[in-house]
Amino acid sequence: MQTHPLTVVTVIAEPVLEHRLTSELRALGATGFTVVEGHGEGSQGRHAGEIPGENVRIETIVTDAVADRIVTRFAEAYFDDFAMVVYTTRAHVVRGAKYVGT
Amino acid sequence: MLETLRANLLSPIPLAFALGVLTRVLRSEFVLPKDLYTSISIYLLFALGLKGGAELAHASIAAVAAPAGVTILLGILTPLSAYAVMRWVGRFSTADSAGMAAHYGSVSAVTFIAAQQFTVRVGHPSEGYMPTLLTLLESPGIHVALLLGALQRDAAHDQGIRALRGVLHEVFTGRTMILLVGGLCVGYLMGESGWTAVAPFFDAPFKGALMLFLLEMGIVAGARLGDLRKVGPFLIAYGIVVPLIHGTLGAVLGHLAGLSVGGATVLGSMAASASYIAAPPAVRLTLPEANPTLSLTAALAITFPFNLLFGIPFYYRIALAMS
Repeated sequence: MQTHPLTVVTVIAEPVLEHRLTSELRALGATGFTVVEGHGEGSQGRHAGEIPGENVRIETIVTDAVADRIVTRFAEAYFDDFAMVVYTTRAHVVRGAKYVGT
Repeated sequence: MLETLRANLLSPIPLAFALGVLTRVLRSEFVLPKDLYTSISIYLLFALGLKGGAELAHASIAAVAAPAGVTILLGILTPLSAYAVMRWVGRFSTADSAGMAAHYGSVSAVTFIAAQQFTVRVGHPSEGYMPTLLTLLESPGIHVALLLGALQRDAAHDQGIRALRGVLHEVFTGRTMILLVGGLCVGYLMGESGWTAVAPFFDAPFKGALMLFLLEMGIVAGARLGDLRKVGPFLIAYGIVVPLIHGTLGAVLGHLAGLSVGGATVLGSMAASASYIAAPPAVRLTLPEANPTLSLTAALAITFPFNLLFGIPFYYRIALAMS
């Protein structure tokens, strides 16, 4: 089976940021993303909203260059004031050409 | 006053709320499923809008104009006073003060409903068009406070203003505004006959649904009780004194604008209440350095229960004394 080596960027953030982050992902070159709602706690313990402890996990499969742009931008714009986790993992993706964008 | 207080404490809304707080104190794991909580809030807001709209169809523009005017005035004054007390008495940062002002300048729909129910119980029902005033008070407070925050901040550059515009659009098109304003329009257009047709669904079960909602509100507020230690005595006093000032101002202005005792009570309660649904995400996005624990704890764990239990009867007494 033919696969492409790509990067998965995972962002765990406060739900209030969801729309802002997903539109940034598109602007930074991601061709798509998946959002999952969940709950948990972090070191900041600061959440906004009527139900505390909620998180969203946003995942996107991108090229290394786009992954770099996303990580740099998110660290710069959000780490100071928001509860956020960002990490990357290596993936071998079937139909990988879909994620390379134009 | 004591008699009014006792009657209020033993009514369905405070009792359901108290049960919710108790579940948290007992460290029970029970919570309402999130989707049910959201569904009930949609039901309550839409029902409120529909009924208010149907009643608005009866009211003359002349009768609504003065109360609407003082409501907008309250929407501008209350965030300014809430900001001033935080910034210059409490010596909090600009962002924290503006964040708090957005919560206290806006309104809690549940406090509004509780006040409305209270006035019916004491035999002074408020004007039917009061939900119209609720929609008028929802967003100006948030707008004024966030603008204040953006203007006062050093970082009020172009990007900040652009982000602010997006968030203010979200406040205008949020769930509360769509359901309330949309409900008001639909209610107004369908009139009395339309309302009678849907009343078995939107009117009769309303109070029961409200009790379930208050149960969950009690659980959410109860979960924040631990934060009271973190926020300190100033904020606890703030969560009681600021509503008393705003509530008194609201009741007096309501009376001067020609509202009945019930109407002035409800307007006072609206002015005294603090938003905990529309304001928190708006503040989080525009003033990220403001600490949400401060405003959410004050709004939810102090001001909301205070108004529910003591504030509403107090504003009623003021309205009664003026009549």
